[in-house]
Parts: sequence; structure tokens; C-alpha cells
Amino acid sequence: MTVQEAKFEYLLRLGDSSLIIGHRLSEWCGHGPILEEDIALINIALDFVGNATSLLAYAGQVEGKGRDEDALAYLRDEREYRNLLITEQPNGDFANTIARQFLFDTYMYFLYEELKSSKDETISAIAVKSHKEITYHLRHTTEWMYRFGDGTVESHERLQNGLNDLWMYTSEMFDMDEVDAILIKEGIVPDLNKVKVSWEKRVHEVIAEATLQIPVTVFKQKGSKEGKHSEHLGFLLAEMQYVHRAHPGAKW
Amino acid sequence: MDDAKQLEAFEAKIASGAKIEPKDWMPEAYRKQLIRMMSQHAHSEIVGMLPEGNWITRAPNLRRKAILLAKVQDEAGHGLYLYSAVETLGVDRTELLYQLHTGKAKYSSIFNYPTLTWADIGAIGWLVDGAAIMNQTALARGSYGPYSRAMVRICKEESFHNRQGYEIMMSLAQGTPEQKAMAQDALDRWWWPAVMMLGPSDDKSPNSDQLMKWKVKMESNDAIRERFIDRTVPQAEFIGLKVPDADMTFDEKTGHYTHGEINWDEFFEVIKGNGPCNAKRLKDRSEADKKGAWVREAATAYAAKQIKERAIA
Repeated sequence: MTVQEAKFEYLLRLGDSSLIIGHRLSEWCGHGPILEEDIALINIALDFVGNATSLLAYAGQVEGKGRDEDALAYLRDEREYRNLLITEQPNGDFANTIARQFLFDTYMYFLYEELKSSKDETISAIAVKSHKEITYHLRHTTEWMYRFGDGTVESHERLQNGLNDLWMYTSEMFDMDEVDAILIKEGIVPDLNKVKVSWEKRVHEVIAEATLQIPVTVFKQKGSKEGKHSEHLGFLLAEMQYVHRAHPGAKW
Repeated sequence: MDDAKQLEAFEAKIASGAKIEPKDWMPEAYRKQLIRMMSQHAHSEIVGMLPEGNWITRAPNLRRKAILLAKVQDEAGHGLYLYSAVETLGVDRTELLYQLHTGKAKYSSIFNYPTLTWADIGAIGWLVDGAAIMNQTALARGSYGPYSRAMVRICKEESFHNRQGYEIMMSLAQGTPEQKAMAQDALDRWWWPAVMMLGPSDDKSPNSDQLMKWKVKMESNDAIRERFIDRTVPQAEFIGLKVPDADMTFDEKTGHYTHGEINWDEFFEVIKGNGPCNAKRLKDRSEADKKGAWVREAATAYAAKQIKERAIA
């Protein structure tokens, strides 16, 4: 695998995760628990879609086969998608969404903090811009962690259930393979073990402060790096891609 | 001061062009009419998120997806801004939402039509926001300070929405035969509802002289409708689409279009709740509210604990 190929693959991993979690958040539009949250969730979804657009556009350039961000977003199938499994999980109730966002936002926060000093100028520039946005996202989800954890008995239970259900998808966030090895050597991406240390520390602190328990999961799910997803992704892509695919080559 | 003198001072203030502010004296009829209008407007923004939100996940490319997200977020922001403005008249948001969910309060009837294709997103921005701007730019000159200021800000954003909608239609009209057909179909379905959303014709809706004098209502429905049609018909022609009104004529002398007969029966049926999506829109909003109850309770409980802890510390 060349550095170029590794970079393309890595950009898909980052871009797809943002695109898919942005899609999930946008499903809340008009159905949020309170108007302020409708606004917040749409706004955050927009940040993710913007971030995905930058990353996929750059992925297309790196690949050099004439695919732009839309070709990558709309014309790849499930097995070609590289988003983390946690990002495609359905919204569930609002506590479940908050649990998913908290676990992922914390990951993204520490990962992008490292990516800011990437030796690839474009990745570094995208990370600098995105990290500012992610800082707000993480603040937003962390506040809800406290509110639900230490709010009512019902909210506490709902959030704990959300964390328990999603915990099995967290370990693959830190799995590394040949792609990581090549790019770490070039100083383009960080060692995810470093990100893992920061993630664990922060997640444990917030969960404790929110009077919740760290879930115990025996089995860890993985597979996104090889495009092995949960059944949810196929439906999500069918919905997302159908207009684009129904009109091949059309301009919008 | 007795009521007659206060009314005189109130009317003199409006006549001078000054704004009425929340703590100023105002007649009960003025306050009630504003609550009705402003809350209808707020509800329309919020219910309007549903037909447009319907296409966010299916937007045909990433640019359109981002624009639509930003647009719907604006609409939600307008709703929040307007609910806050209504609160200055002494009714809180919970009460206003209760009125919406129980069918006591109305919202713009146009949102009871379904968005069936991507072109409907173009049609809504172009026609629905276009018609709304005609009304709202007039309302920006209204007498109630918080509402008139809200309108200034909202109209700026609505102008963007209007242009993005027209731009969607333009791209489709210049696209493949299927895309052009999609655009024409959307215009065919949204034209009459947009023409009607500006309200019943003047003979069916006599303007209260009092509301005009108090600058609550600024222009008659027909006058606003005429401006909307005059502006929109050439825009349709420019991109090669046809407004679905076989009887429409252009009067060279007056420089205005004369539209064919409007099916007011349909309008009043939709207002009564018999439009294609009335039940669904209300159900979606009520369910979101019900499902969110535990969230709001948790936030309140947590905030109370924080205050208590701070008090102890």
C-alpha cells in the first residue's frame, strides 16, 4: 500500500463517519424534544456534513481518478463505506442519541486535536476548522450527559441504557491497521493509542460526574475499516442516495 | 389616565410612526390580535420544518443538503425568535404550543400540502417563502416593536431562502427532461396554494379599519397577492416554466397580471383541517412534544439541583 492509497482510505474513514452521523442527526429535524434542541441538532448536523464534504473532496483529489465529493458520497455501496459502526446506529430516544454523540464527539475532539498538527497541510487545515466546531458539539453533549445522569430517575435510566447499548461499538474507534501504520510513519495521523488514553480519561470522568456507570461489555463489535457494517447502513444509504442515483449524471 | 385618554395617546403614538413596546399601554383587542398573528406565524415556522425536513436526508448532493440544513435551521430560529416576541405580550411558549397541539391555534395552511419530490424544496423556497416575504416586508412596518424588529431580521433570511429556492428550480429547469418535468410538476402543485396562502380575497375578508389604523395589518390580502404574482410570473417565464393558470392575463395599462378564479373552497377545507397533511403535521408535532416531556423534566430537575447546590456552597 502506498502513502497515497493509505491517505485516501483514511480520508474516507474520517469523511464517512462525519457524513453518516450528520445524516442521523438530521433525522431529528422537526422532531426534537424542545425547539432549542431542534436548532442545535440541525446546526451540528450541518457542521458534520460540511466537514464530510471537505474530507471527501480531498479524498477524491488524493485518489486522482476524477471522483468528487458527491461521487464518493452518493455512488459507493455499503461495503465501500468506512464510517465507524457507532455513527450509523439509529437515533433511538434522545438519551440514546446523546450517548452516541458523547462517545463519538469525545473521540473526534481528541483525534482532531492531534490531526491539527498533521504534516499534510490540507488535513491539518480541515482539522483546525473542525476542531473549533467539535469543541461546541462536545460541550453540548456533555451538558446533556450531566442533565440526564443527574436529572430524574427516568433520564438516568434512559441514558445508562443508551451507554450500555452503544459501548460495544467504542473499541473499534482505536483499532489500527496498515493504513494507520503507514500514515503515522509519515507524521500525517496520530497513534490512536494516544487518542484512546485521552478519550478513556474524559469519558470516565464525565460518566462518574454524571452519576452513571461505565458499561461492562464482553464482546466488542468491529468491521467498519473493512466495510463490514451493521444492517442499518444499507437503509440509510438507500434513502440518502436514491435521488442522485435515479438521475445519473444530472446536475442539481 | 382613563381608557379613552390612553387610547388617544396610543393611537397618536402609532400615527406618529413610533413603535409600541411591551410595557406600553395597549388596548386588549390590539394585544389579542397580535398574539393571534404572531403565534400563527411562529407555529408556521415550526410546522414548516416538517415538509422541508422531509428532504434533508434525500437531498441530491452535499451542497444542496448543507443549504437545506442551514435553511431549516433558520426557520427553527425564526420560530424561537417569534415565540419569544409573543411572550412579551404575556403568553408563554408552553401555552402557545398547547394551543397548536390541540388545534386551537392555526398555522399557514400551505404546510398541509406534501413535499413529493426534490423540486418541491425549490418550489417552497421560491413560491412559499416568496409569498411570505411580500407579507412580512409589509409587517416590518407594523406598530408593535418586537414583531416589527423580528420581521426585519426574518425578511433578510427569507430573501436568501427565496433565492435558493429559485436557484433549485432554475437548475432543474435547465437540467434533464426528467428534472424539468419535476420542476413544472412542483410549480403546478404549489402555485395555487401559494397564491391562496396570502389569505382570502378582500371581499371575503373585510379589512378591519381599526387593525389598519393600529398598524397591525398593513396591506390588504389582494394587494399583497398582486405584488407576489407580478413578481413571480416573469420569474417562471425566465426559466421556461409555466404558471398553471390558463386564465391569467397581463394588463398593459395597469402593468399587473390578472389571475384566474381561485378555488377558495379548497382553501377553507384545508384551513378546517381537511388538507392532505393536516393530521400528520399535528401528530408529528404533538408526538415530538410528548416524547420530549421527560427530557424537559430532566433538564428542569437538574437545573433545580444546581441552584440548590450553589445555594449550599
